[in-house]
Amino acid sequence: MDIYATELMGSKTYDVQGNYVGRIREFFVEPAEAPNRVSHFLLSRGHFQPLVAKHNQIASVEAGRMQLSVSERALELYQPNESWLAVQKDLMDQQIIDTRGRKVVRVNDVDLAPLRTNGNVELRLTQVDVGLPGAVRRLLQGVVPSVVVRKLQSKLPQSAIRWEFVNLIEPDPMRRVKLRITHEKLEDLHPADLAEIMEHLSAAERQGIIASLDEETAAAVLAELDERLTTQIVEKLDPEKAADILEEMAPDAAADLLADLPKETSEELLDEMPGQEADEVRELLEFDPSRAGGMMNTEFVYVGEASTRDEVLAWMRGQDLNLDQLDTIVLVDAAAQFSGTVPVARLLLSAGDARMTELKMEPLLSLPANADEKEVFEIFDKYNLRMLTIVNEHHQPIGTVTVDDVVSRLVKG
Amino acid sequence: MDWKAITSRFERVRTGDTDLQKKIRGLRKRLTLLLAVVGPGLITSNVDNDAGGISVYTQAGAQYGYALLWSLIPMTIALYVTEEMCARMGVVTGKGLSDLIREEFGFRPTFFVMITGFFVDLANVVAEFAGVAASMQIFGVSKYIAVPLAAILVWILVIRGTYRQVEVIFLFACVLYLSYVFSAFLAKPDWLIAAKQTVIPNLRFESGYLLMLTGLVGTTIAPWQFFYLQAGFVEKKVGPRQYPQARADVLIGSISCMLIVFFIIVCTAATLYVSGHRDITDAAQAAQALIPLAGKGAGILFAFGLLNASLFAASILPLSTAHVICEGLGFEAGLDHKFKEAPIFYWLYTILIVVGAGVVLLPNAPLWKILIFSQVGNGIWLPFVVIFILLLVNRRDLMGEYVNTVTFNIVAWVTAIAMIALTLVLTYTALFQTGTPPSP
Repeated sequence: MDIYATELMGSKTYDVQGNYVGRIREFFVEPAEAPNRVSHFLLSRGHFQPLVAKHNQIASVEAGRMQLSVSERALELYQPNESWLAVQKDLMDQQIIDTRGRKVVRVNDVDLAPLRTNGNVELRLTQVDVGLPGAVRRLLQGVVPSVVVRKLQSKLPQSAIRWEFVNLIEPDPMRRVKLRITHEKLEDLHPADLAEIMEHLSAAERQGIIASLDEETAAAVLAELDERLTTQIVEKLDPEKAADILEEMAPDAAADLLADLPKETSEELLDEMPGQEADEVRELLEFDPSRAGGMMNTEFVYVGEASTRDEVLAWMRGQDLNLDQLDTIVLVDAAAQFSGTVPVARLLLSAGDARMTELKMEPLLSLPANADEKEVFEIFDKYNLRMLTIVNEHHQPIGTVTVDDVVSRLVKG
Repeated sequence: MDWKAITSRFERVRTGDTDLQKKIRGLRKRLTLLLAVVGPGLITSNVDNDAGGISVYTQAGAQYGYALLWSLIPMTIALYVTEEMCARMGVVTGKGLSDLIREEFGFRPTFFVMITGFFVDLANVVAEFAGVAASMQIFGVSKYIAVPLAAILVWILVIRGTYRQVEVIFLFACVLYLSYVFSAFLAKPDWLIAAKQTVIPNLRFESGYLLMLTGLVGTTIAPWQFFYLQAGFVEKKVGPRQYPQARADVLIGSISCMLIVFFIIVCTAATLYVSGHRDITDAAQAAQALIPLAGKGAGILFAFGLLNASLFAASILPLSTAHVICEGLGFEAGLDHKFKEAPIFYWLYTILIVVGAGVVLLPNAPLWKILIFSQVGNGIWLPFVVIFILLLVNRRDLMGEYVNTVTFNIVAWVTAIAMIALTLVLTYTALFQTGTPPSP
């Protein structure tokens, strides 16, 4: 039968001769050895130094009583160990991330399943209890007999998270390495979900997670986070790491982020970034954020208006393009001036030898970089646009505003 | 002065380079920084002047005139010191007070703090709706109309509004407290005596006077406000870099709260005390009595202030309580969840509003007893909360370089012990005294 951490805590422990040894005060998992096995039990003995029982020294466990398979003399003295995860201290009452439910929850109790292995009993962490049964147990354990508590909790709605979907939050990077806490499971989440999870955590915890994500995921998450948090996070990051993350971001998102930082910090980060990316972001920073130039992205796909559909597709296949936002292509004429746009869907369905000039959308729409954001909103609304080209004083395309930029501006405003 | 100097000066003015302009720009920048953070401190301190509080201030002025004004300065310090610690914890750790208590002290202490909090806050909510009923009666509206309407208003405001909208409305409500300033001026008090009594301590060793003093402290520093304040800064995502602004917010809040108390006491002292209406037991009676003494305007402003304060606190208390309890005990909380996702949160919130408003509507409601209970409850709850705060704020692993300094610790512990002693006295008298102690 399963046993709960609350029931185990404080249990009396007897050695193989039946002598009383001490009470369980804490127990540990050693993730480097086995991710879910209880590896050590801390036994307190009043004034004497506490002892440690290992997983292969346990004969049987039940609520309130643990039986060792060795004599007291075989036990070692307790030495604190950073690479052990302490269930009571590190897990109980703390917040964890439920990677399947995509939210932050607080641990009320931990469920353990006994497993017989060559004469010993090992306990395995099966799930963490985040609901009412755990709460009731924590409240009543030791006050009311275990049997009554169990009867009561069986009537309550269960709410538990399987151990493999639990992601621990440990802000200290050294400790995280020792405990083998990786954020691979978090990297699989959608950046928007991860950003929402992060908003429920404390500053140190957010910092810890961002620092251990790969740059691409970190960049995607930062782009989704509340801007007050992004600036706090980026300021505290190691400048080199911050620059690496900024490099992964779309230039417009990077510029938005840098614009909120103190001047010295943003300059320092730009200096860390490779020349071309830094220049793009610097250019964008020149624009007033409340104008079209401040909303635009300088990464866009443009082709000559004289080319055919097949030529364009062949060229695009050869490029490393960001496919997320690729739904419209900008056309330029011989003088590099803006001459129209072609939606990718129209491109797909047209004949192989169709010229770009035949496929382009009417009317020809563009705005200068100093146009007010209101004008941008209006033109998107009026023509049901997904993308708008921004041009310079020579009518040459310098960037595009996409509908997602417009939506986030409108939501914020 | 030659032409060149003049033009260059003109040029500097045009480009905004003169010292004055620089200063103004610096000031404006600092003001924007402050305004981004202001809110939690100002709102929390002002909610403190709720229906129960205003009743006590009224009685203090009516019974003892200006004689208790001196206590406002030490009270401002106590309010600031305790609130500042919570603000600092919120800003540094990014966690609410109930989260920290849970993580550092475990489930059972948290549970008892939370369950006490629930009943104390419920009694406080009853007091707020009673305040709505009393003030609307002065405007000639029956409580059977006013209270359900107020409950619905509170419900809509909180369910439909985002945090920022709600905060703007609350900040506006803070401004409405100025009605007490106007009624104080209409009462034509003796400002010279008031000023003198404010700075010169005047401690009298009579039991009635001491009880009133205790009552003032007890209503001004209520435990739930620490939870609300800290959560406010966490919710606003104020980080350590903005700590100076957060501290300024708390300071402004504490001072403005006490200024309002000052004007309430001055107003009632100049009218009720001087004319001998010293047996006033609540704020609504005071408003009524003010009309013949200081004119209709003063009475109406006074009643309006009470209505504003009651509604204000009634909007904040149920929501904050449900939030704090759920977060501490680890249940889903927040209005962005659906009922099914956060049933406990919504049940708590609903019970607080429905029961809080419902009790006031009962024909023979034992309001008096509930008000006493709310005060006793605050008294029992306060020591635990303050001690938890002091233990947490001294933890270097949580607070890093922001732990209390030795001087601050001395001030804080002295404040805490004084507050605890005073509230215990109040609790004792409320429980065992048969006379009429200062009543909320």
